Amino acid sequence: MPKTLYDKIWENHLVHEQEDGTSLIYVDRHLVHEVTSPQAFEGLRLQKRKVRRPELTLAVPDHNVPTTDRSKGINDKESKIQVDTLRQNCKEFGVELFDVNDKRQGIVHIIGPEQGFTQPGTVIVCGDSHTATHGAFGSLAFGIGTSEVEHVLATQTLIQKKSKNLRINVNGKLPIGVTAKDVILKIIGTIGTAGGTGYVIEFAGEVIKNLTMEERMTVCNMTIEAGARAGLIAPDEKTFEYLKGKAMSPKGDYWDKAVIFWRSLYSDQECKFDKEINIEGEKIEPLVTWGTSPQDVSPVTGIVPDPNNEKNEDRKMAMKRSLEYMGLKANTKISEIKIDKIFIGSCTNGRIEDLRLAASLLKGKKIARNVSAMVVPGSGLVKAQAEKEGLHKIFVEAGFEWREPGCSMCLGMNPDQLKPKERCASTSNRNFEGRQGRGGRTHLVSPGMAIAAAINGHLSDVREIQ
Amino acid sequence: MNKFSKLKSIPSYLSLQNIDTDMIIPKQFLKTIKRTGLGKSLFYEMRYDENGKLLEDFILNKEPYKNSKILIAGKNFGCGSSREHAPWALSDFGIKCVISSSFADIFYNNCFKNGILPIKINEQIILELSEYSKRKEEIGIDLEKQEISFGNKISKFELDSFKKKCLIEGLDDIDLSMKKINQIDNFERVLTSEKPWILRNE
Repeated sequence: MPKTLYDKIWENHLVHEQEDGTSLIYVDRHLVHEVTSPQAFEGLRLQKRKVRRPELTLAVPDHNVPTTDRSKGINDKESKIQVDTLRQNCKEFGVELFDVNDKRQGIVHIIGPEQGFTQPGTVIVCGDSHTATHGAFGSLAFGIGTSEVEHVLATQTLIQKKSKNLRINVNGKLPIGVTAKDVILKIIGTIGTAGGTGYVIEFAGEVIKNLTMEERMTVCNMTIEAGARAGLIAPDEKTFEYLKGKAMSPKGDYWDKAVIFWRSLYSDQECKFDKEINIEGEKIEPLVTWGTSPQDVSPVTGIVPDPNNEKNEDRKMAMKRSLEYMGLKANTKISEIKIDKIFIGSCTNGRIEDLRLAASLLKGKKIARNVSAMVVPGSGLVKAQAEKEGLHKIFVEAGFEWREPGCSMCLGMNPDQLKPKERCASTSNRNFEGRQGRGGRTHLVSPGMAIAAAINGHLSDVREIQ
Repeated sequence: MNKFSKLKSIPSYLSLQNIDTDMIIPKQFLKTIKRTGLGKSLFYEMRYDENGKLLEDFILNKEPYKNSKILIAGKNFGCGSSREHAPWALSDFGIKCVISSSFADIFYNNCFKNGILPIKINEQIILELSEYSKRKEEIGIDLEKQEISFGNKISKFELDSFKKKCLIEGLDDIDLSMKKINQIDNFERVLTSEKPWILRNE
């Protein structure tokens, strides 16, 4: 029977299946960070359990770490306790840790691929919803809760039921100035934040094939914002090329064997998806969000929508609440929205290609007087590479702050937060109320659009600064 | 885990759609290394003003809703972050059952690990149930029968049979999976020969 890529990975990982379909699936790779793991390790300790396969787990502190000078440690007492707890747990249970001052430290979803820990055809989990990122390699990758983190640590498996198959084809070519971030925002805007609920999404089509590995990660990263269990892309030569020689990639004979297996990872031609959606690449424009849900997208050339044109009462109410929170009036031109802060970074857009693109648009220019701006590289290695290429100089000379790696203002667990009513053009993934700081107002954009906003001081079309 | 059977309570109703886990429990409370004590911070930014003063208007701050064991909410409840702090906070506040027309996947699964019953039911019933909240009348939940009772009406809800069993018997997932240790061992033996690079034992 013809199978989808998801079907193949699922079947490959079935340890046991009950009659009702409840299954025990094997977990090949487990990533751990300081926020969602302490209670899981504590659970193991209370039950006197061990970590079954410590070598399949990799840990890194990222959510709480300061992005300013770290040589003197973490000031915030609770953050410090959480990071210290991760360190102790890793030591006690034999899990490898990239500690705060390790040059490989970074956002958990940046370091997995960077190290070659992320591999095609694997099941990858982490107590973090943006685990979806790793699907870019043709792995089944999804976020789990802390109880499940404990379950994986103890058994190297998870109890799951199979999701349905959804394929989203992004066909044709992308216009100039339109990036992977716009592709995924377009998808979420089209199917809604619950549009993927119950499904695993396979992204396919010419546009997806033509994306680089890092761009594919941006797309898969925000699959969770469409409500899907996971998002994945069939691996190809680009995937193998990206992984070749990475520290934790297979070596020698194992590499050859792995590649042979990886080449079998695609959806069979005749296979059937439960649902299929087509999106035309040519019609995607640079997008921004105007509301407090990632589905609230508008082209940068557009306007803030009017809730009164909405027929569904609940939706109308939600839109009104969003606009009030965002301090926006219906029918305002998007390009007239003034910005206070620029944030470039996060597991969505904190990789080297994002920084290269941003720097190329920024070169020789200055940020507007009314904005303050920061770049937070996704990892220590991204930061080092950017500095080797001189990108940091472009950012600093233009008026950006150049920071240490971490999750930073994507969720503001460290001191990087918006103040009430501050408005931010952010390359991160969530514009929820209070996400970047209580009362803070977030507009999700691509790195290029963030630079356009930084230069002009208001949301602007990246195509006009290219 | 505590066993779940029957429940009776005046429900609280939040009509808002897409209530995300950042709303349920904001980031500053994720710095804990415990599972307990989060109830007072549930829906923090809706329940307290900038100075930490209780907002009397918010439903969960009012009588009798302060003691609600059932929360009824708009669709796509629990979207966003995977933080299990969200069900921990609900549970610590006293909520044992959340009713919505749809839930985000990770949140939905996290509920069962913490003895909370999430009920998916159509929007018409949600509207009917919300009236009971407004009138401060009790509704009842019977997990065994998969029924919500309100007034003299009864509405059936669907639920995965395995998840139901775990809730009713208060079963621990890890204990259950540990019983399949032989199958896990066998799986790894095959993995070692077929895909040796996975186990990183090169």
